[in-house]
Amino acid sequence: MSGDRVTKVLLFISSLTILLLSAGIVISLFGGALPAFREFGFRFIISSAWNPTAGSEEYGAMSFIAGTVITSILALIICIPMAFSTSLFIAEYYNGTRTSGILRSLVDLLAGIPSIVYGFWGFYALRPLMVATGLTDQGFGVFTASLVLAIMIVPYATSLSAEIISMVPAELKEAAYSLGATRREVIFSVVIPSARSGIIASFILALGRALGETMAVTMLIGNANVIPKGLFAPGNTMASVIANQFGEASGLKMSALIAIGLLLFLITALVNYLGKLIIKRFA
Amino acid sequence: MNNTPQSNNVLEIRDLSIAYEPGKNAVNGVTASVKRNSITAIMGPSGCGKSTLLRAMNRMHELYPNIRTKGDILLDGQSIFSMSVIELRRKVGMVFQRPNPFPNMTIYENVVAGFSLNDIRLKKSQRDEIVENALRNVTLWDEVKESLYRKGTFLSGGQQQRLCVARAIAFNPEVLLLDEPTSALDPIATSKIEDLLGELKKKYTLVLVTHNMSQAARISDDSMFMYLGELVESGRTGTLFTTPKDPRTEAYLTGKFG
Ligand SMILES: Nc1ncnc2c1ncn2[C@@H]1O[C@H](COP(=O)(O)OP(=O)(O)OP(=O)(O)O)[C@@H](O)[C@H]1O
Ligand SMILES: [Mg+2]
Repeated sequence: MSGDRVTKVLLFISSLTILLLSAGIVISLFGGALPAFREFGFRFIISSAWNPTAGSEEYGAMSFIAGTVITSILALIICIPMAFSTSLFIAEYYNGTRTSGILRSLVDLLAGIPSIVYGFWGFYALRPLMVATGLTDQGFGVFTASLVLAIMIVPYATSLSAEIISMVPAELKEAAYSLGATRREVIFSVVIPSARSGIIASFILALGRALGETMAVTMLIGNANVIPKGLFAPGNTMASVIANQFGEASGLKMSALIAIGLLLFLITALVNYLGKLIIKRFA
Repeated sequence: MNNTPQSNNVLEIRDLSIAYEPGKNAVNGVTASVKRNSITAIMGPSGCGKSTLLRAMNRMHELYPNIRTKGDILLDGQSIFSMSVIELRRKVGMVFQRPNPFPNMTIYENVVAGFSLNDIRLKKSQRDEIVENALRNVTLWDEVKESLYRKGTFLSGGQQQRLCVARAIAFNPEVLLLDEPTSALDPIATSKIEDLLGELKKKYTLVLVTHNMSQAARISDDSMFMYLGELVESGRTGTLFTTPKDPRTEAYLTGKFG
């Protein structure tokens, strides 16, 4: 066989492996989730019951879906102004300067900190602050988790947006400057519109990360298996409940946890799909 | 003031030096002038500093903090460095080597981009008039009047370049700087732009950087020949092409380098 053909076959085998792996994951998730869906039907998704007492077992995913969606969206809302302004600062206002270089490395550094370390920081530094505000008794809850989650996704959104913003061609910016535009006008009328779909994509990627983030959230959200009663009330997310409970789970409860995993997978896939749609519309 | 605004020289370049890196002048001690309602061609081999000189005339270099400029340029007798950069750029428009219409704007929006970018509010009727006039001036009106609300990037390269000229003259500038405006275009589009420049000089003063000697000979009134950052020779195009004074000019014109 010629080298070209060998390469072709190798590439084909590796793509096929990836395809089979993902199919395998989905199939085993479906298989594991089936008993829970058989038992509770569609009610599994809309019910917020979570009762593991033998004999009167009842499980529903709604508390966790709500916890995941609320914390992720809140984190995204907190993240957007921070990441957007930082990326503009790095990639446009101070592009090419020492300050920008230092800030860029700091952002990359933040992205590299393990989730558990953020969790520790949230637990020992942020939680006492939350208690001090008097808004919560123990400092656990949706808001605390979202705040840490926001800080965790800011680096991703920032470095991706900065990348996109610095890709706006210099000749477009120069064209605008040559027409007498000020820096602010160039940024808002040329740079941001040209980079818009990429910036949106970077925030959707950040949202995707927030949806699946586990450790730091588990340490801060309070792990109450109910729909959160407010921003400062405890709750639980889909990823956290799985991490917390799968060790001692078996039977129907295990199946319920796997079903939650499947739902999380579907929600994340949906978000990514929506992101792609948005990008297509603007591109 | 030694120049009245109606003086024949629109631009006076005085001992201008520009360095991208400290100690290395890309333009070195250039003194020259540009006459009103004429086309002045800047020629010379690649890397000799033509674009660098041109971009000094609307203070484009100020976008890049490392670039150092020494000397002076007068526009109608006033130093361009003492004016507000925004005023200057409205008086001295620019067309780039590669057509660069704003991709997020329609043809119509591209023509009036100078106004919208500067937050200048105009009535719809005023805008319509500016768009039609500018597009007629660049002989693009008949080709695009049916598709004013389509993106400018749908046009052919030559049409895009004429759109960029329209965008630059919509403000009615005094001077138009053009950096190899036809080098990305085919011969037919090129000759359209050349005809257009001949028309435009009736209203504006044009400074044209070109690689193409026959283009300079065809359409320019005055020429400057640059070599290694220095202005070697300048004068009437006819004179410079037939009886060059400097051996380097002659070598360039006879194709010995560049
Ligand atoms: N951004 C830059 N940074 C550093 N040096 C530069 C930069 N732009 C141009 N130069 C240098 O300055 C000199 C003049 O460049 P310039 O672009 O003015 O030449 P030019 O005559 O327009 O050439 P061409 O015909 O190839 O466009 C060259 O030696 C070039 O390498
Ligand atoms: Mg050049």
